[in-house]
Amino acid sequence: MEENKTYTISVYSENNVGLLNRISGIFLKRHINIESLNVSKSEIEDVSKFTIVIYSTEDWVRKIVGQIEKQIEVIKAYYHTNEETIFQESALFKIASNLLFDERQIQNIIKDNHSEIVTVSPEFFVISKSGRREEIEEMYEQLKPYGIMQFVRSGRISVSKSEMQISNILKEFQYQ
Amino acid sequence: MEVKTLKKEESKTGTKIRISGAEAVIHCLLAEGIETIYGYPGGAIMPIYDELYKFRDKLHHVLTRHEQGATHAAQGYARVSGKVGVAMATSGPGATNLITGIADAQIDSTPMVCITGQVARHLLGSDAFQETDIVGISTPVTKWNYQITEASEIPEIMAKAFYIAKSGRPGPVLVDITKNAQFEEFDFDYQKCTAIRSYTANPTLNPSKIEEAAALINSAKKPMIVWGQGIILGKAEEELKSFVEKSGIPAAWTILGASALSSSHPLNVGMVGMHGNYAPNVLTNECDLLIALGMRFDDRVTGDLSTYAKQAKVIHFEIDPAEINKNVHADVPVLGNVKETLSALLPLVKENKHEAWHNEFKDRYKIEFDKVIKNDIHPEKEGLTMGEVIEQINIASNHEAVIVSDVGQHQMIACRYAKFNTSKSNITSGGLGTMGFALPAAIGAKMGAPERQVVAIIGDGGYQMTIQELGTIFQTKVPVKIVVLNNEFLGMVRQWQQLFFDKRYASTEMTNPNFVAIAEGYHIQAKKVTKREDLEAAVKEMMASPDAYFLEVGVEKEDNVFPMIPTGASVSDIRLS
Repeated sequence: MEENKTYTISVYSENNVGLLNRISGIFLKRHINIESLNVSKSEIEDVSKFTIVIYSTEDWVRKIVGQIEKQIEVIKAYYHTNEETIFQESALFKIASNLLFDERQIQNIIKDNHSEIVTVSPEFFVISKSGRREEIEEMYEQLKPYGIMQFVRSGRISVSKSEMQISNILKEFQYQ
Repeated sequence: MEVKTLKKEESKTGTKIRISGAEAVIHCLLAEGIETIYGYPGGAIMPIYDELYKFRDKLHHVLTRHEQGATHAAQGYARVSGKVGVAMATSGPGATNLITGIADAQIDSTPMVCITGQVARHLLGSDAFQETDIVGISTPVTKWNYQITEASEIPEIMAKAFYIAKSGRPGPVLVDITKNAQFEEFDFDYQKCTAIRSYTANPTLNPSKIEEAAALINSAKKPMIVWGQGIILGKAEEELKSFVEKSGIPAAWTILGASALSSSHPLNVGMVGMHGNYAPNVLTNECDLLIALGMRFDDRVTGDLSTYAKQAKVIHFEIDPAEINKNVHADVPVLGNVKETLSALLPLVKENKHEAWHNEFKDRYKIEFDKVIKNDIHPEKEGLTMGEVIEQINIASNHEAVIVSDVGQHQMIACRYAKFNTSKSNITSGGLGTMGFALPAAIGAKMGAPERQVVAIIGDGGYQMTIQELGTIFQTKVPVKIVVLNNEFLGMVRQWQQLFFDKRYASTEMTNPNFVAIAEGYHIQAKKVTKREDLEAAVKEMMASPDAYFLEVGVEKEDNVFPMIPTGASVSDIRLS
């Protein structure tokens, strides 16, 4: 048996209603849980990029990418291992404002984790932290004893170390 | 909703006319060359039906008795004609009733466009009367789908729908049109779609793969071809024949590939798969080269993958990149339209005979004939067999009929024993195994090939799943021949219960109605035979009838279909009894 690994799937697509449903259905069909999902604009005008993280075997991720790419509105899909990408997640921590003054250690945590305060109000303040999953988890553990009012973490965003030849595909189409 | 201009060329400014969305839909269908559509009206699609009334001289609408019947009829039409089948239904239950047929068309790569009505845009998401999220529901079983909420979207989306349905690996497309978009007026102009930037219909041919394939083919000692429906969909029957004849390679077929090469061709060695022929199944595990042409290594073809053709190199000719290495590893994948790739391959292939190898197929055919085929076609026992009915149809039709089979034992028998001279003659639900497929599919098949004799072969179980389509046959007077092979059982399930569940016949015995009386109730000529001496004359009478005809044949209740590869077994462990 091939071993399970974390793979990041990048999907370049048209920005159309219903495509998310179509893509997520391919994972559903194979009973695979999506660990994280992010949809945003890409480096190419009018082209969206899905960044999907799954934990699976290479054999399966290859077949899944093939089936994603087959969808009419998908331009190209790729998969990469962690080593082949630069990736980050983003998190927000909402914490009671009084703690900022009562618990001096919190300021050290903010500094040590290279995070920043994005807003302060009389009731709460919000810390933003970008980084790897483990770094965010670690900061979470550090802040947890003081009480976290709200916590949220984004899906993974990533860029590949190698080139993704989307522009060429689109250019070729134009000159066909 | 934003609609992108995906067409390669900007539409030339043609003469625009101001019409309603509903009328635009009809103009789109006519522009795509559609002459016949199947459907069922209802509230949310009434504006389009109103236009169908006005255009009834140009566009023939067939009212089926259930929306599922409309999809299967459209499939039958598409499969015999090579054109796109069109089915139409209203929102809600009308739309959901299409799903089985759409799923069937998806797995069997049948070009079909389904048009559904939808509640008006301002009601979307409000749980309005007969509202269902048909785009959401149909997503996993469509090649593409789209919800139109403004009339101005209609021409471009319809053009895309037809282009996507028929290009590349064909499949079903669903277009959902809200009622307001049907009523709205706009300036109509239609341009056919010829390309979509995010979609590659035909992968570019790679000459080096063709050369690699040719080298393997020319040096193989025991090569074998397995072709699938890709040959028919790619209109590559002539190329297949030339390749087979030049290379001298024995060629077997999948159930959906049947009829692409004449049954009587000396190098046609029969069907692969669970109830396929003995020789090609066993020899799959002895060949040194397996050449797969437009087929997808379905589990019913391969049996246990870990023991499937492990000794052989595999060349896979395929249009859909997602099929390469999906189930069976391809040593040489040859991507592209099989008509083009085979044409490129042909000059590189050396002439050969492979006589000794071919004799191995003949030897095993003889084993199968003695143990199975003889008893199926020329039985000595008293009860009628399904095989001898098919044989009588072969004789009466001179191998020229379109055979439309349902799902189960009779289907396997029909596909094993029906003889074909002409391509596109075996219409069956292969991938999905949809009981109830045959009766409505036969209606579409006869309308798609009116010059041909169309015979539906159906079991007593599947027949009752879409039996209401007798009403469509009566109303349209479409002269299809309906043969029900009645063993008073859900025969294939019963066979499995006998072989694998110690004969516990859970819910497989059928208490059937008087089928002749039912057919006669629809004013369809009908007859029942139960004796061998009556069979030949009854089949002849049916085939000679200019009208629709229903023939029930009471067959042996507990016959089994052999050969059989039990689920999970290797193709070489095929059982003859």
